[in-house]
Amino acid sequence: MKREKLIEILQSLSDVMSTSGDESLMRQALRPLLAGHVDEMRVDSLGNLITLKKGTGESQLRVLVTAHIDEVGMIIVDHTTDGALKVRAVGGIDDRLLPGLNVCVGKEQLPGVMGVKAIHHSTAPERLRAIPIKDLSVDIGAKDKKEAQHLAPLGTRVTFSTRAHPLGELLAGKAFDDRAGCTALIALLHGEPFPFDLHGVFTVQEEVGLRGARVAGYALEPDVAFVLEGTIADDLPKKEDVSLTSEIGKGPVLTVMDHSYISAPWLLRHTVKLAEELGIPYQFKQPGIGGTDAGAIHLTRGGVPSLTLAVPCRYIHGPISLLKPEDLEATIDLTAAALRNLTAEQLATN
Amino acid sequence: MNLELLTKLTQAFGPSGYEDEIRALIQEHAAPWADELRTDPLGNLIVHHRGNGQGEKIVLAAHMDEIGVMVSHVDKEGYLRFTRIGGVYPLHCIGSRVRFANGTQGVIYLEHREDASTSPKLTQLYIDVGAASKDDAPVSVGAPAAFVRPLVQQGTRLISKTLDDRIGCYILLELLQQVQDSPHDLYLLFSTQEEVGLRGARTAAFSINPDLAIAVDVTGTGDTPKALPMAVALGDGPAIKVQDPGMIAHPKVRQLLVEAARKAEVPYQLEVLRGGTTDAAAMQLTRAGIPSGTLSIPCRYVHSPSEMVDSQDVENAIKLLTAALA
Repeated sequence: MKREKLIEILQSLSDVMSTSGDESLMRQALRPLLAGHVDEMRVDSLGNLITLKKGTGESQLRVLVTAHIDEVGMIIVDHTTDGALKVRAVGGIDDRLLPGLNVCVGKEQLPGVMGVKAIHHSTAPERLRAIPIKDLSVDIGAKDKKEAQHLAPLGTRVTFSTRAHPLGELLAGKAFDDRAGCTALIALLHGEPFPFDLHGVFTVQEEVGLRGARVAGYALEPDVAFVLEGTIADDLPKKEDVSLTSEIGKGPVLTVMDHSYISAPWLLRHTVKLAEELGIPYQFKQPGIGGTDAGAIHLTRGGVPSLTLAVPCRYIHGPISLLKPEDLEATIDLTAAALRNLTAEQLATN
Repeated sequence: MNLELLTKLTQAFGPSGYEDEIRALIQEHAAPWADELRTDPLGNLIVHHRGNGQGEKIVLAAHMDEIGVMVSHVDKEGYLRFTRIGGVYPLHCIGSRVRFANGTQGVIYLEHREDASTSPKLTQLYIDVGAASKDDAPVSVGAPAAFVRPLVQQGTRLISKTLDDRIGCYILLELLQQVQDSPHDLYLLFSTQEEVGLRGARTAAFSINPDLAIAVDVTGTGDTPKALPMAVALGDGPAIKVQDPGMIAHPKVRQLLVEAARKAEVPYQLEVLRGGTTDAAAMQLTRAGIPSGTLSIPCRYVHSPSEMVDSQDVENAIKLLTAALA
C-alpha cells in the first residue's frame, strides 16, 4: 500500500472514539476499509471483528494476526449538582496529563474540558502535585445535574479530542496504540493472498486485560499468531546511558519477552533472519516492559507460538502520540515477509 | 541417588522460554522407557507411558525451566543491564555468575551507592562480561542467561542451583522406570515457563485433558535460623501439599498421596505454603477443572543459586509416587 494511503487510513482511524468495551465506532470505520479485501467478516460475542482472507491453498497452516481497536480513555461515573461529570480511567492513563485538556464526550463527540482551578486560585505546593483523576471533572457546559445526565448519561465514554495531523516528518494523533497496528493489519489484508488462510482479528478490550484476544484465540485455534502493536518509544535524550524501550526511526520493534509472554524463539529467529536478508531495519524492545494480546493468545487451548511486532510511538496512552511513517511501512513489510515464509515444517521441527 | 544424572539436570541451560537444552537431555533419558514423546507448541515435553486400560489418565508435572536474567541494555563501556526471568532477587545476584546460551559468562555486581542501608534494586546491578565496549560485548539485548553454581553432595544434603525444579525432573525420570507396570495412563509433563506464570502447564494440561494431575516441585521450609514459621523441615520426608496461595489441593489427590506414603512406609509431612505456587494451580483450572495436588521436596534457599534439599526426601518421594501409581 502506498504511503499516502497508509497515512490517510491511520489518520482517519486515530480520530475514531473507541475506548475499551465500547468499540462500535472502530468496527464501523473498519468495515468499508476491509470490504472487498477479505472473504469473511463477523463480529463475535465480545465485539472482536474477525476477518478471513482465504489463502492460495498451498499451506494448511492456521495463522492469526491481531491488532486491538480499543484505546485508553475515561468513563463517566457520576454527575455533580452543578452539572460537571466525574470520571474514572479506562485502561492506563497518566493523571498528570489530564487537567485543562479538550476531550470528546460520547459517540456524538460532545466537546468537553477537563476542569482545573485557575492559576490565580492555586497555591504553589498544589501546582507541584498531580491531581488524581477522581478529583477532576469534565465540564460540558451543562447548567445542572439533570442536563448533564441527559447529555452524558452514566457510563458514557470520554476520549482525548486530538485530530491526527503531520508533524514534520512524523505523524501526530491519539491512540496510535494501537491504530498503528490496525493500519498495518489492514495493509496486510489488502495485499496478495498468503499461502494459507489468514485470520485477521481486530480485538477489543486489550487495554483492560487482553480480553478480546483471549476469546478470539480460543475460537480460531491458530497454529501461529502475530500481534501488531504501537509500542513505547522513549528515545528522548537521557542523562545516563540506560535502556531505551524503543526508538522511532529504527524500524519495527520485536518483543522478545515482556510481562505477558516470551516470544517463541524460532518465530523470533525466523523474523530476524528475514529482516536481515531483506534489509528491513528492526529493533528489540527492552525486555520486561508491558504486555500485549500475545500474552493471552499464546496460552489459549494447547498453546500458540506467538510474536509481537510493533511500530515505535512516542507518548502513547497520552492525548498525542507520534510515529514515523517509515516505521509503519517497515513493520508491514517485515510482518508480510514473516508470514509469506512461514512453513508447516518450521512448526513441526520447533 | 544417580548423582551423575542430577548433575547433568541441574547444570543444563534452561531459563523460562529457552528450554531446548534441558528438554533434549530429559528426552534422551526418558525415551527408552516411554511409549511416546512429543514436544508441544510452548515447548513442553510430554512423555506418555500407556496403562492397561483399567487405570486413570494421570499427569505428573515437573518444570524444566529455571529462573534467570535477560539483557535489556548494553552500555558504551560494554556493561550489560538486565531484567529478571522469574523470581530473581537482587541480593542473590550480587557476586553471582551467569552463563549465556553461547557460553559467555558474566559476573553480576552492584553500582556504588551513597546510601547502602537499603536493599539494592535490580536496575542498580549490571553484568560484567569482560567486554571493552558495546561493540566488543559477545551478547546483545534479548539474550537470556542462567545462574552458574555446581552440584555438591554433603552427607545426605544436595546443594546446587536449579534444584527448583530439576529435582522434580529427576524424580519423574527415576519414577518412569519404576512404573512400567502401572495400570494408569501416565503423562509425564516436563513443563516450560513455570517461573514466569505456570504457562507451559496450562496449555499442556488443556491438550492432555487428564483425570488427575500431580505437580512435583520444591517447597520452602521452616527449619533455618529465624525462619518464617512453617511446619516443613529438610529430611522429614516429602511434603504433601494442603494448600498454597495459588491452589487448594483436591482432597482426593491429597488422600491418594497420604495413603501411598503409608503403603510405601515412607515419612511424609503436610505442607501449607504462604508464598508461591506450582504448576498444579494452573492445571487445576484447566477446561472444566482437573483434580490436582502437589508432592513437594522441602528445599532451603529457593531461587538462590544455592538451593539445598535432602537426598532421603528425594528417594522417599520416588517410593511414594511409585506406590501411588501402582
